Amino acid sequence: MTSTTTYELRGITKRFPGVVANDDVNLTIRSGEVLCLVGENGAGKSTLMNVLYGLYRADEGELRIDGTPTTFHSPADAIAAGIGMVHQHFMLVPNFTVAENVVLGAEPMGRAGTLDIERARAMVREVSDRYHLNLDPDAVVEELPVGVRQRVEIVKVLLREARIVVFDEPTAVLTPSEILEFFEIVRTLVRAGRGVVFITHKLKEALTIADRINVLRRGKVVGDADPRTATEAAIAEMMVGRPVQLTVEKKAAAPGAAVLEVRGLSVVEPDGRTVVDDVSFVVRAGEIVGVAGVQGNGQTELVEALSGLRRAASGTILLDGRDVTHESPRERHAAGMGHVPEDRQRQGLVVDLSITENLVLTRYHDAQFSSGISMRWDDARAVARDLVARYDIRTPDPEQAATTLSGGNQQKVIVARELSRDIRLAVAAQPTRGVDVGSIEYIHARIVEERDAGTAVLIVSTELDEVMALADRLLVMYRGRVVADLDPRAVSHMDVGLYMAGSRPGEASGHGDPGRVGGAR
Amino acid sequence: MNAAGVVVSAEQRRRARNVGIAYLVLAAVTMLIFTRRAGDATFKVSETGSFALPAERFGWLLGVLLVALAAVQLVRGFGRASNVVLALATAAFFMSFLSWAASGESFSFVGMLQDTVSRSVPITLGALGGILSERSGVINISIEGMLLGAACTSAIAGSLVNLWVGTAVGIGTGVALAAVLAVLSIRYRVDQVIVGFAINFFALGITSFVSFRVLVPNPDFNGLSPVMPIRIPLLADVPFLGEILFVQTVFVYASFVAVALLTWALYRTRWGLRTRAIGEYPKAAGTLGVDVLRLRYRNLLLAGGVAGFGGAWWPIGTVGRFDQNITGGRGFIALAAVIFGRWHPVGAFCGALVFALAEAVRLKIGNFDTGIPSEFLLMAPYVVTLVVVAGFIGASRAPKAAGQPYEEQ
Amino acid sequence: MNETLKSLRYTALAVVAALFVSAFIIVITDIAALREGDVLTALDTLRLAYWSLFKGSFGSLRAISATITGATPLMLAGLAVSVAFKAGLFNIGATGQMLAGGMTGLWVGFALDVPGPLHVALALLAGALGGAVYGAIPGVLKARTGAHEVITTIMLNSVAGFLTLWLLKTELFKREGRDDAISKLIDEDAKLPRLFWFMGKRIDLQAHLGFVVALACVGVFWWLLNRTTTGFELRATGLNQEAARYAGMRTRSLMVVAMTLAGAFAGLAGASEVLGLYGFASSSLAGDIGFDAIAVALLGRSTPIGTAVSAILFGALQAGGRQMQVNTDVPIDLIIVLRSLIVMFIAAPLLVKAMYRLKGEAQSFGQTFRGWGG
Repeated sequence: MTSTTTYELRGITKRFPGVVANDDVNLTIRSGEVLCLVGENGAGKSTLMNVLYGLYRADEGELRIDGTPTTFHSPADAIAAGIGMVHQHFMLVPNFTVAENVVLGAEPMGRAGTLDIERARAMVREVSDRYHLNLDPDAVVEELPVGVRQRVEIVKVLLREARIVVFDEPTAVLTPSEILEFFEIVRTLVRAGRGVVFITHKLKEALTIADRINVLRRGKVVGDADPRTATEAAIAEMMVGRPVQLTVEKKAAAPGAAVLEVRGLSVVEPDGRTVVDDVSFVVRAGEIVGVAGVQGNGQTELVEALSGLRRAASGTILLDGRDVTHESPRERHAAGMGHVPEDRQRQGLVVDLSITENLVLTRYHDAQFSSGISMRWDDARAVARDLVARYDIRTPDPEQAATTLSGGNQQKVIVARELSRDIRLAVAAQPTRGVDVGSIEYIHARIVEERDAGTAVLIVSTELDEVMALADRLLVMYRGRVVADLDPRAVSHMDVGLYMAGSRPGEASGHGDPGRVGGAR
Repeated sequence: MNAAGVVVSAEQRRRARNVGIAYLVLAAVTMLIFTRRAGDATFKVSETGSFALPAERFGWLLGVLLVALAAVQLVRGFGRASNVVLALATAAFFMSFLSWAASGESFSFVGMLQDTVSRSVPITLGALGGILSERSGVINISIEGMLLGAACTSAIAGSLVNLWVGTAVGIGTGVALAAVLAVLSIRYRVDQVIVGFAINFFALGITSFVSFRVLVPNPDFNGLSPVMPIRIPLLADVPFLGEILFVQTVFVYASFVAVALLTWALYRTRWGLRTRAIGEYPKAAGTLGVDVLRLRYRNLLLAGGVAGFGGAWWPIGTVGRFDQNITGGRGFIALAAVIFGRWHPVGAFCGALVFALAEAVRLKIGNFDTGIPSEFLLMAPYVVTLVVVAGFIGASRAPKAAGQPYEEQ
Repeated sequence: MNETLKSLRYTALAVVAALFVSAFIIVITDIAALREGDVLTALDTLRLAYWSLFKGSFGSLRAISATITGATPLMLAGLAVSVAFKAGLFNIGATGQMLAGGMTGLWVGFALDVPGPLHVALALLAGALGGAVYGAIPGVLKARTGAHEVITTIMLNSVAGFLTLWLLKTELFKREGRDDAISKLIDEDAKLPRLFWFMGKRIDLQAHLGFVVALACVGVFWWLLNRTTTGFELRATGLNQEAARYAGMRTRSLMVVAMTLAGAFAGLAGASEVLGLYGFASSSLAGDIGFDAIAVALLGRSTPIGTAVSAILFGALQAGGRQMQVNTDVPIDLIIVLRSLIVMFIAAPLLVKAMYRLKGEAQSFGQTFRGWGG
């Protein structure tokens, strides 16, 4: 593991129907260094790495390992050539144990074709100890928190003796202190002579960990940056192709009367786990309340309980002073609650229906669009044309299926549908996940505008930067409880991160330089 | 919270409550119906031995016992023993039913159970075929078609050549139909249920067509002497069970072996680990270099072979010929057994035995005049399946990827 | 419009491919001819078989009437499958629902004493109701317990079959003087009028007003899907149940609604067979129509017009197949083979594309079933 290996991607072009995901990309990866690949959502970073990993076959171009042209027909070839990958969406079989997941595809064999699970356990333990990953080989993956699952992925790669490890957006699911720990693991890997490719859109992180930074835009490498000299603003401009607003511009909030009041709310899963635990808070008219937390700490369930998709086990939800705890999603909607769900393709849209149909998905039954039984499609189409224009939804024809839209424009359809009504409360979960910078700016501006018009806004996001930038007040959730109610202007990223990890600033020893990690877009 | 202080979910509580209600229903049926006939039912358990159950007294006794079980179940539950209790109670209920139905008569209890085991063969093998493909992530509702197609071709080949070739051709037919399912669902990504359905349709059509156009005008194509039961030395002498389990045809023994082998292979081998992975989350296996599509192809062909072997049971294992639609929906029953058994070979085998028992009972008891229309007895297994699926299984944990085509890129 | 043309082209190509494979099957099963090495005779049989297939379906008024007669229950039962498909449910239970509707329609047909047209109307309504109730069962089971409709409808088909058999032996339904399971005859004024009444009393023209009922139901289905809020909810639920739930639609109730509607259509199919064709009921009332209906819905891509057209095509195959069986020694079961092949080819646009070496993107059939969890 001491000799240097060079992996070169040359002139890689990969086309999908209707898009060129990678356009003549050149990239060099060396063992013993960290290469950061930054770019917007949809810039082609993941596609490029999937080409490197043998998941996609490039239409043009070649891969050279130490100068020798190589072709991968499958991930098996890539693994054999020393490439390992930790995907953004973990590639773990949920009902398998850690050991089973780790050895899958490279199983230690006993006699007569049997699986030597004992040896698999030992292998996991050994690697886990060596890199201080603290993994139980017999734990079932679906019961593990996301941070631990990531370590399982890392063990998978390490056991396969990878010389190059690709991490695709690895920090999205981590708290700031976990990110620091993760960086330690990365540094250990590099010291051991391995190369690391780090894909991210968080520029601060790139500047912290990278030896070199390559910027991708619309499938092309548009430049490199030296992490010692480059600034965030400069890289952001390279990524987007124009100067970018790194902060959200907003006036101080002028909170009015309480619109949403949550008292002692608990949600219990069918299997008996309490996922939202005695949560109480208030959102006032004209303020944005952000909910931060690591994915899987009850935020999803909280939002579903607020919007009526999940039953509250106990507690009350008041909307404008009226008890809506037992009302259906439809009734809450009618009472003035707008809801932007966290997964636009699965929850927010019926992508096979037209844009028009999606724009009326939550209010097709209003007198404006229906007579109770039959639909007034002409009216719906007129409204849709208007919304498409007003919310800058880029489509040639609103009668086309929503699947033809880009991610950002799909999100704008949902935002248009939920915010264009006369609402009292907007609940938005992950409002900008997987969306391009232009759309992010637009959606943020809309949300602030909505606040200034006197709407109460609740933003739930695992992107700490997003909630910190948008919120006037910040709640932190940990294991189903609200563990902190903070002023985002008076608190550091690092401190919020400590709350997210279940500890309190002052209790745990200081984790280095706050604000250094986390970064902005 | 239950007595032991363990957190249980609403779902588990619902199940437990349903089991309690089921005990009450069984108790009501036992006391209201099975006590209505006075005579003893004589169960012959060997050529000379027999025992008798007084229907009325047994019914009352069991009824009271079931009410007690229901009370315990509803109040605090049986914890880890609940499945055992349920199985024993069901068995006792079944004996009560038999004593009522055969009251005043005598019948061969052993013969009925022997028949049950024999009849379970195609259902078991069909179910194993189902498990093999669904565990690999392909829904297989074409078991019926595979059984039917294999029954037809093995009858022809068995009549024209010999039993070995007949069996082999049956297996081959299953493999061929599975290949259609595999190519269309894996390569061409057609909806798996639709392909499965079309295969069933095709098999029904083509075998009926062949039956009329080829077999009827050419009797030499459709007539063979099926295999005979083999007594396994020593084991067959075990009282009661020996006769039932070890005086059977080679098909029965093969199905026992298949259940054991598949269980071992799924949970103890590399193949099993990979198979379960591609049925649950194929991308995880794919990114680790496992060739998902190839493994799916292989397992589907294997599934076809197993189901084809099950289809060969009709001509070669029992009746010696093929008749139009001879499988009569056993493939769908096998599918129900898969779900019943929660995608586990042993569970599915138990399901297959239950369905086979229902068939065997129907044939034995159908002759006795019980005062209840025979249609209701015939209907019983379907109603029971309905109740079990709706009341106790619900949306059970199927392999997650079943039904989803896998796209390599 | 372009999409429609493309879809029509694929359908036509699939039918041609299926006919081709069936032709091959006819020839290789001509054992007598092949034993003598007489391929020409086998080919001649083939020619005659396909010619009869056409003559028997569209070659005369009598043939057209037979096609319509066959198409009527297929269209109604096909709608029963289509409406469920649209809501994301796989209704294999049309057979049971037809039996339920047939029996309730029958009962009103012989037991009620009301004047003429009202009697037919009430009997049809009873059929729709009977089917609707029976169809609602799997819907309710799925909504309440998650029990998969593929399993429950298969079980309910068997249950309906045995119930019908039993009912037909009870005093209420049994025809006097008969020992087998045959029902009483319905009243004369409960009969659906013949479609070709103006041709005089020709007994070979069996087509009845049930066909008009079926066409009306196609219209209702179209209106429901495209013009009503419920139709919009059904479509949204079928395409993405989770998003529909997030949008505040009551997806569980919608499952029940869809299955109830499906049952009503299938019930009408059963009733129209009893009231229009047979005038009584037997246990084979539903025959294989419930299963054929699935093929009809698949072929018609679950759209109203598509379902109607493919029902007529299948009715034609049925009628022509009977003629073929009479004229040649090719059994009518070939029609089942032909239908299964058509379904397979239709469901596999990528395969058809590969076979004919077509360029461009294949039209996806769209997945209708997403696993057991459902």
